[in-house]
Amino acid sequence: MSQTSTSDRAIIADNIHKAYSAGKDKVSALQDVSFDVNRGELFGLIGPDGAGKTSLIRILTTLLLSDQGSAKVDGFDVVTDYKEIRKRVGYMPGKFSLYQDLTVEENLEFFASIFNTTIEKNYDLIKEIYVQIEPFKKRRAGKLSGGMKQKLALCCALIHKPSVLFLDEPTTGVDAVSRKEFWDMLKKLKEQEITILVSTPYMDEAGLCDRVALMQNGKILSINTPEGIIDSFSKTLIAVRSKKMFPLLGALKQLPEIEDAYPFGEYHHVVLKDGHNVEELQNQVLKLPFGKIELIPVRANIEDCFMDLMKY
Amino acid sequence: MAYSDKAISVEKLTKRFGQFTAVDEISFEVTRGEIFGFLGANGAGKTTAMRMLCGLSMPTSGKATVAGFDVFKQNEQIKRNIGYMSQKFSLYEDLTIKENIRFYGGIYGKSNKFIKEKTEELLKQLHMQDEANKLVGSLPLGWKQKLAFSVSIFHEPEIVFLDEPTGGVDPVTRREFWNMIYLAAERGITVFVTTHYMDEAEYCNRVSIMVDGRIDALDTPKALKEKFNAQSMDEVFLKLARNAVRGE
Repeated sequence: MSQTSTSDRAIIADNIHKAYSAGKDKVSALQDVSFDVNRGELFGLIGPDGAGKTSLIRILTTLLLSDQGSAKVDGFDVVTDYKEIRKRVGYMPGKFSLYQDLTVEENLEFFASIFNTTIEKNYDLIKEIYVQIEPFKKRRAGKLSGGMKQKLALCCALIHKPSVLFLDEPTTGVDAVSRKEFWDMLKKLKEQEITILVSTPYMDEAGLCDRVALMQNGKILSINTPEGIIDSFSKTLIAVRSKKMFPLLGALKQLPEIEDAYPFGEYHHVVLKDGHNVEELQNQVLKLPFGKIELIPVRANIEDCFMDLMKY
Repeated sequence: MAYSDKAISVEKLTKRFGQFTAVDEISFEVTRGEIFGFLGANGAGKTTAMRMLCGLSMPTSGKATVAGFDVFKQNEQIKRNIGYMSQKFSLYEDLTIKENIRFYGGIYGKSNKFIKEKTEELLKQLHMQDEANKLVGSLPLGWKQKLAFSVSIFHEPEIVFLDEPTGGVDPVTRREFWNMIYLAAERGITVFVTTHYMDEAEYCNRVSIMVDGRIDALDTPKALKEKFNAQSMDEVFLKLARNAVRGE
């Protein structure tokens, strides 16, 4: 990785720090954040609220200055070359930020003209998304449904054919079906060779990215491909269930072989301490008075990995 | 009023806005102490249905009782006997933890003695004694959500309505939050909860799924998976919600 020239990198962030004042106190939002995003990559910032995702995106889109560290986007420095960056990036903030009192068409025209271009010129790029909202093009943006607002915002962020697209929590509060649709749109955009940095609090969306950075409390816990993150989970993980799930969890937590036990959908996930194996656990668990108990060794998913990384 | 083991009972409840039927003749019952998951795509009518059940919106037609009170005639009693918490609004950020508890206790007409004793107990349970005089705005989100839930059941309501209580919360805190839900249910509080996390649907005793204003499925997670021949609740949800014809 270190041998590739910087021109292969759409984003380079080096040792970024950011703190905010809260009354007399300083609250750290980002601590020593460094990562690179390759050109054409779909890169995910995965983490809960307060992880620092929005601060990081705002620094990279030149809307916020970091306290320390440096960053480049499309080869330009976020401080000295901020005007160049603003021409080249698309940004969809977490909060709907289009003009509510302009129509769908007017919003899109407005953003195109700001960037000295026209809707027609880059229509190919937005076509697939835009056709879904075109029947409502005379409607004011404020009157659109949540899903349609999101599609319009994505079109507006794309209309000047950016080289790097920043999407801040586009799927937060969105139902499972609409989330799937949104990720399908991102996959198609990736084919157009646009680099995409997307943030999300939903751990299950990590698997849809080429690479992800898992973030918590202003720090990056791990950067890897989703597969790589899962492969680096080296502990034994077992899914356990019975008819009485809540008391079962309490009993599992008391077992000496167990490092951690937590609910995970229809099962509880049990992380074994080093030096213990599935058979030992099985012997212990089958003694528990909760009727038939089912145990299956399972592969970790991103959420297991995230919870494990949070411990350190 | 005769004692019923139903915390909520709803029959053909409907809400129309002009020509638009937001909630279309939904019928269901929730048993006391049950954790009931109320799922649906954006725009399926969940919020409208929930507002009617909380006594905040007058239904167009149908019948419903919540905690034994009629949603048409006794909405003030309903408000007094339920708790409510949402991700978007729960606590006053510019009040301290203690002030928020005091405020909600007062709103629900609890005595000073009750508030004082229970505040101490609550702070201890949440391990927040040292933070009691800090502004809620300065707390991490996970703490806020746990506090908000505790405050929503501070007045010991029969039912608590939770509208996407865990959105954006980290995976460990999300589970701690569900632990609190289980403990509340064990104490007999009925929990009515919406979520976009399908793994959380598995934690509910029963789940209903709304599509286009109707309840298209209602059962235990296990039975729903069997019925829709699905591996997970996520799959059940996708199968049903894809049939939606109306937008948000």
